[in-house]
Amino acid sequence: MFTAMEVLPNLFGGGGGDSISNILSILFYVVFIVFLFYGQRIQMYVMIREVEGSLHKLRYIKEEGRKITIETIKEIGKPQTDPSDRVDRYLEYFTIAPQSMDPAGIVYKLDHILDMRDTRLKDEVKIMAPASDEVQINNLENTLEAAMALNFIYKVVRHYYIQGKKTLSLYVIMQLQMILPLVMKEAEAYASALKAFADGQPIGDGAGPLVAAKLMHGYETRKVPKDCVVATVPIEGRTAFIIKAEGPGGNVGKPGDAVKAVIDENKGKISSVIMIDAGLKLEGETVGEVAEGIGAAIGGPGVDQFKIEEAVVKYQIPLNAVIVKEDIGDAVSPMRKEIADSADKVIERMKNVILERTKEGDKIIIVGVGNTIGIGQ
Amino acid sequence: MSDNSSSATTKISTYLMMIVLIVLALSIVALMLSVNAFIAGNEMVAGYLLVIGFIAMGLSVYVMLQSRRRASSMKIEAPKVMTTIECKKCNFKSVREFQRGDFVFKDLDPCQKCNDKMIITAIYKEVKEKEKTYGV
Ligand SMILES: [Zn+2]
Repeated sequence: MFTAMEVLPNLFGGGGGDSISNILSILFYVVFIVFLFYGQRIQMYVMIREVEGSLHKLRYIKEEGRKITIETIKEIGKPQTDPSDRVDRYLEYFTIAPQSMDPAGIVYKLDHILDMRDTRLKDEVKIMAPASDEVQINNLENTLEAAMALNFIYKVVRHYYIQGKKTLSLYVIMQLQMILPLVMKEAEAYASALKAFADGQPIGDGAGPLVAAKLMHGYETRKVPKDCVVATVPIEGRTAFIIKAEGPGGNVGKPGDAVKAVIDENKGKISSVIMIDAGLKLEGETVGEVAEGIGAAIGGPGVDQFKIEEAVVKYQIPLNAVIVKEDIGDAVSPMRKEIADSADKVIERMKNVILERTKEGDKIIIVGVGNTIGIGQ
Repeated sequence: MSDNSSSATTKISTYLMMIVLIVLALSIVALMLSVNAFIAGNEMVAGYLLVIGFIAMGLSVYVMLQSRRRASSMKIEAPKVMTTIECKKCNFKSVREFQRGDFVFKDLDPCQKCNDKMIITAIYKEVKEKEKTYGV
């Protein structure tokens, strides 16, 4: 071994080639041994740092979301008092799903709970933003809901991060680190959704309502339960009942109840129900691609899907679906041009379905499923 | 951004910056030593030190650039959203930036040419970058 005193003159004075290669080989052994015994620990610290970076970003996104929400409420709602406290309280709002041990009748329980939640949130927004109209209340509710989602994501990631640091367990940290890219993608999607909701811009999920609006534009509409509108439009010699959520406020309505109501009005004499929705695309598929299939094309908690399926089974009505492919980020951020342009393609595809699957004089129902924010009728 | 999180992010970047600067300084020392060794005629040691110096320098510059890029990606970017306005009668069409209150099928002021109502026919955002296809 050399001491520093011996080595340094050699380094600067030259001629000490042997000592340098000695140092290098010792260094190599040290590194080798350190990695041999502490490799996993080092890997864990790298992971913790990675998670930490993402957590900071999540906190930033969450704070930004909260700020935008409060600013929008102040701007639109003209509240007398500062809404910040109320918004903070609202961000912690939770909903408890019904007990599913005995699942019979759970759909209606869930439906009831979701209704209560919706009413409660709307009331809260009305108090926070007294000057806003119905459309703006819907938009603000959506904005707050996105802020709530961001807050929740941040808190869950923080929970696992702290738990991982406390236990120093590679597996806790690793699980978090593995799903982190997907979580971040979702958070970014919610962040852009929040901006779109605050401004009232149409989002990618509005592909269905956009098609419905294009079909019903210029025809008289009437309201059907709940928060939906229906228009009677002649298409290719058939009578089509076009249903969409009532726009242009941020709203998905309850297409399940609306479809059921229209089927009941016509005593089940409907020859086809066609649902149009935004569908999740796989990586590699193009945005705005149109696909066709069978079944109830509707997302959400499943209540509406259940009700539609129940209604069509009762009268044995065929259920067709046309979807516009997009990924989760596109679905909640401002509508991309490809998606807006695909509305005409969807109408073409749908007309084919109508011509092939129904006869002249038939009655059909066309449902544009999705959030109708920024889309009127 | 609240004060709380802004101080946290600056703390991270100064910590990182310190390490990067130390590595950078060490790499410069290594390069200087390599020159010394070369002058002394010890070419193999000079080569070693040269390689170490360059690797360290490259690494620190890379980390520095990456942290800058990460800092720039810390924003929620607002995409440019466009509104298309059309007159159904004379097919007059114009595109402008989105304004709050716009929605698809909203009636607007009469058309400049034929005094018929103009409506918003589309609201969309343009995505600039092409999606990567990964060659499959
Ligand atoms: Zn005109």
